[in-house]
Amino acid sequence: MHPAPSVIVFTVLSGMGFGFLALMGLFGASGWTGFALWALGYGLAVAGLVASTFHLGNPQRALLAFTQWRTSWLSREGWASVVTLGLLAPQALSDWLGFGWGRGFGIAGAVGCVATVFCTSMIYAQLRSVPRWHHWTTPAVFLAFAVAGGLVLAGNAVFGLPALCVLGVLMAVQWQGGAGRFAAAGSSMETATGLGRIGRVSVFEQPHTGGNYLMREMIFSVGRKHAARVRMIAMVAAVMLPALALAFVPGPAAGVLAAGAHLLGALAHRWLFFAEAEHVVGLYYGRRAG
Amino acid sequence: MTCLPPKTDRKLGLVIDLDTCVGCHACVTACKGWNDQGYGAPLSDQDPYGADPSGTFLNRVHSYAVQPDDNAAQIVNFPRSCLHCEDAPCVTVCPTGASYKRAEDGIVLVNEDACIGCGLCAWACPYGAREMDQAAGVMKKCTLCVDRIYNEELPEEDRQPACVRTCPTGARHFGDLGDPDSAVSRLVAEREGFALMPELGTKPVNRYLPPRKKDRPEEASLLAPLLDIRATGLAGWLDRVLGRF
Repeated sequence: MHPAPSVIVFTVLSGMGFGFLALMGLFGASGWTGFALWALGYGLAVAGLVASTFHLGNPQRALLAFTQWRTSWLSREGWASVVTLGLLAPQALSDWLGFGWGRGFGIAGAVGCVATVFCTSMIYAQLRSVPRWHHWTTPAVFLAFAVAGGLVLAGNAVFGLPALCVLGVLMAVQWQGGAGRFAAAGSSMETATGLGRIGRVSVFEQPHTGGNYLMREMIFSVGRKHAARVRMIAMVAAVMLPALALAFVPGPAAGVLAAGAHLLGALAHRWLFFAEAEHVVGLYYGRRAG
Repeated sequence: MTCLPPKTDRKLGLVIDLDTCVGCHACVTACKGWNDQGYGAPLSDQDPYGADPSGTFLNRVHSYAVQPDDNAAQIVNFPRSCLHCEDAPCVTVCPTGASYKRAEDGIVLVNEDACIGCGLCAWACPYGAREMDQAAGVMKKCTLCVDRIYNEELPEEDRQPACVRTCPTGARHFGDLGDPDSAVSRLVAEREGFALMPELGTKPVNRYLPPRKKDRPEEASLLAPLLDIRATGLAGWLDRVLGRF
């Protein structure tokens, strides 16, 4: 799949933002420190959501995306994000101005944050046409990134270190199983064309000599040869460096260093998540599994 | 509404005969021609006369070489377009309701006025049936020429999809695949028509008819009567004389 920058930025920033907002909802912070931290969470989440609209051909109709929540994970994601940001707003005001409204809105908002990130991940995990994504590891890794990203940004070593460990393990599991998932799904050039009943199928001639939308969007394969290197970068930057920073760097510098590295690692992970995923339509163009 | 209808009254679709298709691309051209001027945004081209031409098409004709275990390879021309699936994943993923399946005839359509161009339906389709128009920013797909098949302004013989109407070899058939007695359903039954990628559970309506079984070369060489040449006369005498050396 084509690793469009808008979608990478969307999933990374909104994931980290909602992870951080969930923590703010649960624990909060008072006064102007609270204001700055709430603004950071809102800023990340909203920046991600805005980035996603750059992916659209007709963004002026984006409000229609709230209508089909019954079947569409993308529509549910829209609702979840707006409802969550709305639920957290009174909590943020209460924290900042000291209204003392308890943590009800915050706790509900934290649940909303988890729901939002889950909906985001299901946009990809629901697609049977992309076998690498159609697996429980997709929501698991998205949620782990949100939790770890939020804790890293908060500079919290006590919960941050275990969260990073879980994230690292889940990333490894995702990559390990990902390679064989296309073949396991059972689609081949033979089933795609139905000609397997006669014999082995290969491309004799392509249907067009130039490129087209399908090839640009879904048959992207430039990045696959660098997969091992990008995995290393993602694992080191998203998990290992933040863990070291949280464990050994004192004071608020830990959070800044850890969050910077984690953000880079998350971007690398998400780039590969798209670049590495193979769509079954590639079979019609002669792209076999593996 | 992106909920799929539990049942459609009819299942309009195409039956494509892979035995008869000669890969002339007339269906591709007819489709592009018709859909440039009727339903929705025209199918645009980018850099059509330049170094890197590209454009939106609703129908593409592939060519495959198929190698059986015990016979020579076969070339199969393979038109690929929307299969108007009963369980269409492109419909349910749509966030705006632009993508829908009609309850009356099963045609999968896009309401372009509601399409935000997110591209998720094209990702959800295993068959590459949907292409985003780069000029209009909306998703384009086969409409089964919904603006022809019910169009009483057209002569009756033209009330079928442009690709079917134009096919010079009669390799494309249009009809109701939900009616077991329709011409297309009988064709599918007789010729053992099949669906594409059934393992993905999309339940396509369109069917493909397999190429007919080829004769084996040793069973039926057209040259057989000519291969056993017995020379007579002068040539026969020369044959015998030269054969001794």
